[in-house]
Amino acid sequence: MATEAHSEGSGLVFHPMDQFIIKPLFGEGPIQWYTITNATLWMALAVIAIIAVMVLGTSRRAVVPGRSQSIGELAYGFVYKMVEDVTGKDGVVFFPYVMTLFMFIVMANFLGLLPLSFTTTSHFAVTVVLAMFVFLTVTIVGFIKNGTHFLALFWVSSAPLALRPVLAIIELISYFVRPVSHSIRLAGNVMAGHAVIKVFAGFAAITVISPVSVVAITAMYGLEVLVAFIQAYVFTILTCVYLKDALHPGH
Amino acid sequence: MASNTHEATSQAADAAGHGAAAEHASNAGMPQLDFSTWGNQIFWLLVTLVVIYFVLSRVALPRIAAVLAERQGTITKDIAAAEELKAKAADAEAAYNQALADARAEAARIVEATKAEIKADVDAAMAKADEEISAKAAEGEKAIAEIRANALDSVEKVATATAGEIVSALGGKADAKAVKAAIADRMKG
Repeated sequence: MATEAHSEGSGLVFHPMDQFIIKPLFGEGPIQWYTITNATLWMALAVIAIIAVMVLGTSRRAVVPGRSQSIGELAYGFVYKMVEDVTGKDGVVFFPYVMTLFMFIVMANFLGLLPLSFTTTSHFAVTVVLAMFVFLTVTIVGFIKNGTHFLALFWVSSAPLALRPVLAIIELISYFVRPVSHSIRLAGNVMAGHAVIKVFAGFAAITVISPVSVVAITAMYGLEVLVAFIQAYVFTILTCVYLKDALHPGH
Repeated sequence: MASNTHEATSQAADAAGHGAAAEHASNAGMPQLDFSTWGNQIFWLLVTLVVIYFVLSRVALPRIAAVLAERQGTITKDIAAAEELKAKAADAEAAYNQALADARAEAARIVEATKAEIKADVDAAMAKADEEISAKAAEGEKAIAEIRANALDSVEKVATATAGEIVSALGGKADAKAVKAAIADRMKG
């Protein structure tokens, strides 16, 4: 992927990927594991935003909710229903865990849409950890709840016997590809949208093209608002689907 | 488990970081694939997730669940109260209709009784009047019969006298017995 491209003559310089660079907030120097970086800042802001909506917003405990309490209740109902519908009644114990994933991703995505912000979910380091958490949870819960019966997930009993080993290999591969697709889908979508907006913004330097560029950025921004929510939703519902596999293996 | 993963990834990231650092300086490639920053991000991500998890599971989610349950309870209670009030209203309406029907029946009864009373009075008065009328009529008839009898008597006397006088005036000799018989014969015919 080209980080910079010089168009001839006009000296246009694109740095669409610069927005993703991780920098220490205070001073210079190498980034240690404990260094407070822009990623740290925006994760902290996501935490603050979540606390603002889910804790401060609901502090009045009103029977007739106000605005912020409605948002909190809406998020609660949305994720709770998703967990209950997809994984069943016994999946409800995972609700706080799924809610944590959803709230973090949706808040990080929306905070990332603010100008000059940093999008933590555009980094594979973040999404890989989230996806690996889901993968490990599903695998561990699957074996604890079902023992070796969990392996029935790969042994398609409804298929002809001759096909089953082939299907088992395919199922096994697809099972291990899950965390990869799960993480790249989220980071890829977020990163691509942000990069495209930056590229359009680069074109705005040319006077003739700039109106087109502004319109294109606006349109992309609208799309990104959708993507920010949809990707959080997709990540969460896939988590629920995988959890369902762990709780009820067998097709 | 999580911290082990983190340690391992962190070490791997650190190891990779030295190689990537030089590359990073030349500003090439995706920042996402700059593994020198992975340890940092993963550490802070874990902190973030743990904080969010505790805030949600300890404070926010139980609170919202309680609010939703309370609201559900309130709604159920309100609906029950509304049902109760509705039943009460239905009862009141039934009682009202009952009272109305009772009043109507009472009124009809009173009307009926009054009618009967008046009829009895009228009947009595009529009977009395009839009686009086018949008494008066009988009295009148009696008087008329008396008068008629008297009149016949007088006619007989006058006729006897007149007939005797006429017979004498014509120069005959009035036989009282024959005159009487002739008059009685005439008066019969």
